[in-house]
Amino acid sequence: MDRLRKTWRRLKKTGDKALVTFITAGDPSLSTTQKIVLALEKSGADIIELGVPFSDPMADGPVIQASSERALKNKTNLKKIFGLVKNLRKKTEIPVILMGYFNPILSFGLESFAKKACEVGVDGVLVVDLPPEESHSFNKILRKNKICQIFLVTPTSNADRVLKAASMASGFLYYVSMTGITGAKLNVARDFAGHIAQVQSMIRLPLVVGFGISNPKQASKMASLADGIVVGSKLVSLRGELKKLTSFISLIKTSLLNK
Amino acid sequence: MANPNSTGHFGEFGGRYVAETLMPALMELTDAYQTLAQTKEFVETFNFYAKNYIGRPTPLYFAKKLTQKLGGGKIYLKREDLCHTGAHKVNNTLGQCLLAKEMKKPRVIAETGAGQHGVATATLCALLDLKCEIYMGAEDIQRQSLNVFRMKLLGAKVNPVYSGTKTLKDAMNEALRDWVTNVRDTFYCIGTVAGPHPYPMMVRDFQSVIGREVKKQLPKLKEKNPNYLVACIGGGSNAMGLFAPYTNDLEVKFIGVEAGGLGSGMGQHSASLGRGRVGVLHGNKTYLLQDEEGQIATTHSISAGLDYPGVGPEHSFFKESGRAKYVSVTDRQALKGFQLLCELEGIIPALESAHAIGYLPQLMKKTKSSDVVVVNLSGRGDKDMMTVAKKMGVKL
Repeated sequence: MDRLRKTWRRLKKTGDKALVTFITAGDPSLSTTQKIVLALEKSGADIIELGVPFSDPMADGPVIQASSERALKNKTNLKKIFGLVKNLRKKTEIPVILMGYFNPILSFGLESFAKKACEVGVDGVLVVDLPPEESHSFNKILRKNKICQIFLVTPTSNADRVLKAASMASGFLYYVSMTGITGAKLNVARDFAGHIAQVQSMIRLPLVVGFGISNPKQASKMASLADGIVVGSKLVSLRGELKKLTSFISLIKTSLLNK
Repeated sequence: MANPNSTGHFGEFGGRYVAETLMPALMELTDAYQTLAQTKEFVETFNFYAKNYIGRPTPLYFAKKLTQKLGGGKIYLKREDLCHTGAHKVNNTLGQCLLAKEMKKPRVIAETGAGQHGVATATLCALLDLKCEIYMGAEDIQRQSLNVFRMKLLGAKVNPVYSGTKTLKDAMNEALRDWVTNVRDTFYCIGTVAGPHPYPMMVRDFQSVIGREVKKQLPKLKEKNPNYLVACIGGGSNAMGLFAPYTNDLEVKFIGVEAGGLGSGMGQHSASLGRGRVGVLHGNKTYLLQDEEGQIATTHSISAGLDYPGVGPEHSFFKESGRAKYVSVTDRQALKGFQLLCELEGIIPALESAHAIGYLPQLMKKTKSSDVVVVNLSGRGDKDMMTVAKKMGVKL
């Protein structure tokens, strides 16, 4: 929680936009994931989203589906991901968000999950299939353990829903750029800029935009409308090749700096 | 009916566990269902097509020879296999496609396992001039090729799904991905009493025509309220359609028959209520087949329509409250039921419905001759000829 707050404070000072990077934990292996996270930080990532693999990732496109399948084949589970974060915390203070679907968390136990997350140094959680309406008890448990809950806001969310998400969220809000799944071709609605400005005016939390962002041009355009951007599928498609990964992230980072 | 509550919960089950993108669409759908689908005009249109197009009411048939063979109480078969398209699925697609029309959504998508819901959706889309796309697991496309051809003849596009286990659950994932992408102009027609609110409620209500008819038909046959209602359970729509109108008639016992497959090991069956534990999948909290880490398990059943790791949330609620009892029969017992009905009554049931029949030898032993047992014969078996022939070692 504090790590996230510090990150946003730093970005506010420099005027840079946040670069949030998503990778699936355990693809191609947990030890590589650790190397990737450190390399991402070095190349300019501000916040790390670690995907918790699930057998039925309903909001994800083929790239992250395949990545989740590989991670599950490697027997990646929450216990091992907590171990990974614990190891990472010996080397870095970059904020780490766990992103995934509800069932593995429910199966782990909501209380145990939050406690363990706090203990190893996880900063936030984004559960794709857990809208505010179903989040009440989990949200309380996370707060008690100082873990931020991040919610999605989408082009289909009206004012009521934005406020509902904002009232329960902490850390930041995640604006989904388009109706669609991860890794789809960026295709925003005509009223996109208007809607995102409206959302911005209603909330105090930082807002990052994700889904479909795969090059510096898109990154800088999306970042100009918000406080940061998320890259995921494009990064995952590089399959853990550190050289390609770092040069891609450095390029994106340059497009987000306050010039 | 008191269930579900306004947020779509049946006790702790049900709800709306979906990505934010779909929440407004589900609220819009709930609202449309509670207003547009309750008008006198909508109900009259539904009833008109139910009678003149589907062929309702379907007969409640006294299976005399089956009764004699098994002993005990009287067995009645609710003949949903005689519905247009060959299964109960069409009751629901009629309702949902009429609602899609009312909501001015030009495009309808659906998932299908055995292909019966896909055919029923494609049929109504042809009738009502709606564009139709069906998602179907690649493995199911193999074992139900006849239904794939039927859907295509009816003008639907059939999209094979190669992800995961290539069966019904993966088809549902893919349909949800389509819906999240095309949510503005697309109506997602779910085929069972599962999924996010309002689907479990809406599909139950459309299917309740089954139980309502039984309630009218039994007195005409000079019978009292049934002692048992028996139906097979995959997602559970034919069972819920039969049970729901009797929910408050507590003397009527509900029995849901799950697919016991090849045995009790993980991956060998589809008995979510019998051997699963509570989790969240496809938008609702319910009993699921899953491993210790919450990953969804692979399932097996000889019948594609029961091959699903979840079950409708109201069934989970009925299990918890004790209102219904859930049992399972194996592939082998289902095949026995299948043959029994062919030979004694001249009716070839769907392999799904054969599970309900397959439980009767056990159940009837416990009944008295004055007891009445109503079995939902949810579909006909033409689609399963290949599977059954293969099992019997016959080449077609």
